[in-house]
Amino acid sequence: MSNATLAVPPAPPQAPAKKWGDQAFKLITLLASLSIIVLIVALGYILYDSSKLSINKFGFGFITGTNWDSVAGIFGALPYIYGTLSSSLIGLLIAVPLSVATAAYLTDLAPVWLRQPVVSIIEMLAAVPSVIWGLWAILVMVPFLRDYIYPTMQKVLEPIPLIGQLFSGPIYGVGILSSGIILAVMIIPIITSVSREILRSVPNIQREAAYALGATRWEVTRIAVLSYAKRGLLGASVLGLGRALGETMAVTMVIGNKSDISASLFAPGYSLASVIANEFGDATTPMHQSALAELALVLLGVTLTVNIAAMLLVKTFTTKETRRVA
Amino acid sequence: MVPKIMKDEVAAVNNEEENVQEAATVSLDVNDLCLWYGKHQALYDVSIKIPANKSTAIIGPSGCGKSTLLRTFNRMHEVSPGARMSGKVHLFGEDLYSPEIDPTILRRRVGMVFQKSNPFPTMTIRENVLVGLRLNGVRDKKILNERLESCLRMAALWDEVKDHLDRPGTGLSGGQQQRLCIARAMAMEPEVLLMDEPCSALDPIATMKIEELITTLKTKCTVVIVTHNMQQAGRCSDFTAFMYLGKLVEFDRTEKIFTNPDKQQTEDYITGRFG
Repeated sequence: MSNATLAVPPAPPQAPAKKWGDQAFKLITLLASLSIIVLIVALGYILYDSSKLSINKFGFGFITGTNWDSVAGIFGALPYIYGTLSSSLIGLLIAVPLSVATAAYLTDLAPVWLRQPVVSIIEMLAAVPSVIWGLWAILVMVPFLRDYIYPTMQKVLEPIPLIGQLFSGPIYGVGILSSGIILAVMIIPIITSVSREILRSVPNIQREAAYALGATRWEVTRIAVLSYAKRGLLGASVLGLGRALGETMAVTMVIGNKSDISASLFAPGYSLASVIANEFGDATTPMHQSALAELALVLLGVTLTVNIAAMLLVKTFTTKETRRVA
Repeated sequence: MVPKIMKDEVAAVNNEEENVQEAATVSLDVNDLCLWYGKHQALYDVSIKIPANKSTAIIGPSGCGKSTLLRTFNRMHEVSPGARMSGKVHLFGEDLYSPEIDPTILRRRVGMVFQKSNPFPTMTIRENVLVGLRLNGVRDKKILNERLESCLRMAALWDEVKDHLDRPGTGLSGGQQQRLCIARAMAMEPEVLLMDEPCSALDPIATMKIEELITTLKTKCTVVIVTHNMQQAGRCSDFTAFMYLGKLVEFDRTEKIFTNPDKQQTEDYITGRFG
């Protein structure tokens, strides 16, 4: 008797409805996430479609070509690719040490009352529109660098073999280095706040382990915190690089807008995003428009690659983390 | 580091009839220790003399201040913001809180093992054991290798890891990781080893291995172990301190605490009437 009742338990009446609700929820979220993929694929396809003319004419030469002449109809993107990559890398080289140091200070060293206000200010910096950064750079930063910092840098660094080349030539103020510096200022907030989250996720027992061995504060930060978090910090940096690559307005205002590849970092350059922004309104011939679309495609490819790399890095970091906690 | 004479004194202490607290060399001497976290007082006037080269267990219910007390022995409580204390702690007669004492140097003399094993995940087994020496600037390969083997043997881990010393320390099992942490602490040749519930995350077999280790460890240094497991205190300590609500209730030989405690509160806790 009791066996029979156990074998056929009364079905809970809500169960099918609940299951249907779950299914619907799953489907909706799936569609939402698919739509993002569709959007990116569609974007890539449209850029590819509109740049067909230029792709067919120049092929791989578009990427290696150094001449960009809209009147003669010759388009080579290398100076812009160089400008984008070099200014972003300079930005990254300046921003990462500053950001990681700031994050380490804010998580482990700063007095508690100081932490939140500083974090808020840093996050506010991220909200400053890029045109304002550009304006500040052109009015304040560039003249200051041109008159005081660059001449000193040139005097000190130019005689050094190999790297001396980077600091040779005339100083205009605007140029690759200036745009790298303004990019650094702009990506410091994002790298700092992501780094801070990563450093905060380092378990306290790691710090205690180092303290208990008689480590000083710096040694604790080095052996227990930074080395534990290095993968995540790398991810944070690449995220910043992704931002820097696509930044348009401020770079356009300080890079000099000259399609040259020069060994000197003081020399003016041009970035992918800046060319598109500057020329698209005036592009009259189909070939010119198509070449600009191909520039956009190249830029999209570079930023997507960098961002995917960043996501993978951060992901491997977090899965390692959860495994350790489990 | 431990003076030679002490070995004899310790031998004398083994004699059951002796009044141990007077005869044994005192390793840690705590006087009227009070400690606050912000406005909350965690320790009230704790005074205790912990004998050298013995293992002393600190027992008591959760939140009674036993871990806090342990952390004042290597000034680890100073790492957490808002902690302040009054009173004195002497290590072999030396005031731990005098301005001349650098806490980072002190922590090399007073090692610590934590509740959850915490080897450095980016370091190999070898690097984990030797990290403390490296921080001290020891570079001599021969010394490092000798210390590596002796500490891993002391922690009863050598036979299990000797063939893969260059694998990450976090690849070991929980019990092995905890023994690795013991080896890491012992590599500094500390005068005192503090253990903060070292077995609470381990299975019975791993726990047993750590308890057996304590017998070896106390020949090298003074062992102070915080535990909420009374059987463990009974098994592996010579002396037991019972704490309740931030106060030291009773401190005596472990057999005495467990068979014939002086205080009613101790007896109630031991017999499982509360806690």
